[in-house]
Amino acid sequence: MINQKVTIKLKFGLHARPAGTFAKLAQKYQCDVKVNCDNKEFNAKSVMGMIAVGAKYGSQIEIICNGSDETIALKELIDAVNSGLGE
Amino acid sequence: METLIGKGVFNGIAMGKIQFRNRNEHQVVKSHVENTQAEIIRFQEAKRMQTIELQMLYEKALDNVGEKDARIFEIHKMILEDVDFCGAITKMIELQKVNAEYAIKIISETYMQQLSSIDDSYLKERITDVKDIFRKLIDILSDVCTENIEFDKPVILAADDFSPSETMQMDKSKVLAFVTIHGSTNSHTAILARSMNIPAVISVGEPLNFQCNGKTSIVDGISGKVYIDPDEETIKAFVTKKKKNDEEQALLQNLRSEKSVTLDGKEIKINANIGSPADMEAVLIDNADGVGLYRSKFLYLGRKTYPSEEEQFGAYKLVAESMKGKLVIIRTMDIGADKRADYLELPNEENPAMGYRAIRICLTRQDIFKTQLRALYRASAFGNIAIMFPMIISVEEVKMIKRIVQEVQSELSREGVDYNPQTELGIMIETPAAALISDDLAKEVDFFSIGTNDLTQYTLAIDRQNPKLEHFYNAHHKAVLSLIQMAVEGAHKNGIWVGICGELGADISMTETFLRMGIDELSVSPPYVLKLRKEVRKSKTGHSNH
Repeated sequence: MINQKVTIKLKFGLHARPAGTFAKLAQKYQCDVKVNCDNKEFNAKSVMGMIAVGAKYGSQIEIICNGSDETIALKELIDAVNSGLGE
Repeated sequence: METLIGKGVFNGIAMGKIQFRNRNEHQVVKSHVENTQAEIIRFQEAKRMQTIELQMLYEKALDNVGEKDARIFEIHKMILEDVDFCGAITKMIELQKVNAEYAIKIISETYMQQLSSIDDSYLKERITDVKDIFRKLIDILSDVCTENIEFDKPVILAADDFSPSETMQMDKSKVLAFVTIHGSTNSHTAILARSMNIPAVISVGEPLNFQCNGKTSIVDGISGKVYIDPDEETIKAFVTKKKKNDEEQALLQNLRSEKSVTLDGKEIKINANIGSPADMEAVLIDNADGVGLYRSKFLYLGRKTYPSEEEQFGAYKLVAESMKGKLVIIRTMDIGADKRADYLELPNEENPAMGYRAIRICLTRQDIFKTQLRALYRASAFGNIAIMFPMIISVEEVKMIKRIVQEVQSELSREGVDYNPQTELGIMIETPAAALISDDLAKEVDFFSIGTNDLTQYTLAIDRQNPKLEHFYNAHHKAVLSLIQMAVEGAHKNGIWVGICGELGADISMTETFLRMGIDELSVSPPYVLKLRKEVRKSKTGHSNH
């Protein structure tokens, strides 16, 4: 199991659209993917979960991957957040 | 005639007959189900139908409002497919042996509860999205026909609220405008209405009800008012206003690509005032010449801790890059005891307007100042940034600022961090003192920006928020104009440019006056950029500009 923190730099925060993009990406991987924010854990493969995180601009989230492809999953998810999730 | 007041969503006006949509919030009844498997299949069928409908809406949206705004229907599809959501519903049907409608109602209420605890207003809007999806699903299961009622003449639609999918389904040839009892300007419905160019007024409240059905009304998206059964006078005014508005809209479209040049050849910079990165889209669409005032205070408010250098750097870099080489003038922290920033531990003051605020805090608590300056200089490597300092009253303050700036630059050089050493430094002229010594101040900085709001308050000794003083207040007071004139003279005598970033800049009746004084730049709130450009293009400065 590996994890890494990343900061949300989207001007409107992690709203429906990027939350959906993120969840869709997380669904690609075999491993379990969770997001921890302010000590609450959410299922990253669930778009509802990602919306419920309620991450604003500047919020820090921790991405946790656990499974066979955890290394590549974590890297690609962190990169996706840093490059703005298509916003 | 009845007048309803709400929030205008799109600057259009329309007149027509109201068609009120009664929403049959039929009750969801919990019932016991033996054959849970069949019930689960029922749920999945309804889901499938809704997915197909959402796909159609998505494609329609692509054609009508573009990819970005259409994406919300994709998100709705994703929510519908959400593994956790569907799993929870299926599980509930199975374990509790209840009907699908009930399971959906309960599970969706849980999600909405979760969302309502988020304290960000933009994110909370997503509750409306979620409600829309679940309600539709239940409607499909209950075989409720919510198809558009056919009507032969274009109408004004009214309802308690419209969901994004309903908004999308509006046929522009049949819908003149829409009005709602509830709603928020942040909602997807509002966003879609704007993109579809449908005049709309939302949130008018209870006065809008079924009694209005069939009545003629005027929906004024500009003023946010709705007139039911308008009288002769109002109708006449409407016809004139609509014609004028339609012409204006057409003209404005053309102004986007024009230059802000006066009749006698002086190029004026027309910039925009913004309060957060979110405002930038409007600026870019209308092709403002740059950002004349970026209020950094949003980074300091509504939080419990100091904004870190990294956080600030991120915000400044974002706007610098988004403006692609156009000048962005960022004003340093401009807060006082009147604003909520408890972590700053500002003591309570009798008179915060004249108190320990803005640059005074920065010069006495240099750690805060340096953090911001470091973030600004680091961001200067990514675009065209200038820095502006508020509340200046003396040359000594400016000299101290420049010493601290020097320190920050040396630090960054030592650390090997990139920054632009040519970054322009300017000051706000918003105190009478600054205007009166503008000749001395102009020798120390690269530009002035006149903050007319505060300048007027301090000069007339009037609090603009005080309704008792309305009679005494005069935004065009000779004293204020004289101080502005003084600031312009001081600036030009010393070879620097001077602009206006206060509200007076957007006052079209003053534009020619300012241009004649010699003002080089006007920075206004985004909706005024094009109107100002139009005004500049038909004004003269009265000097030779070649």
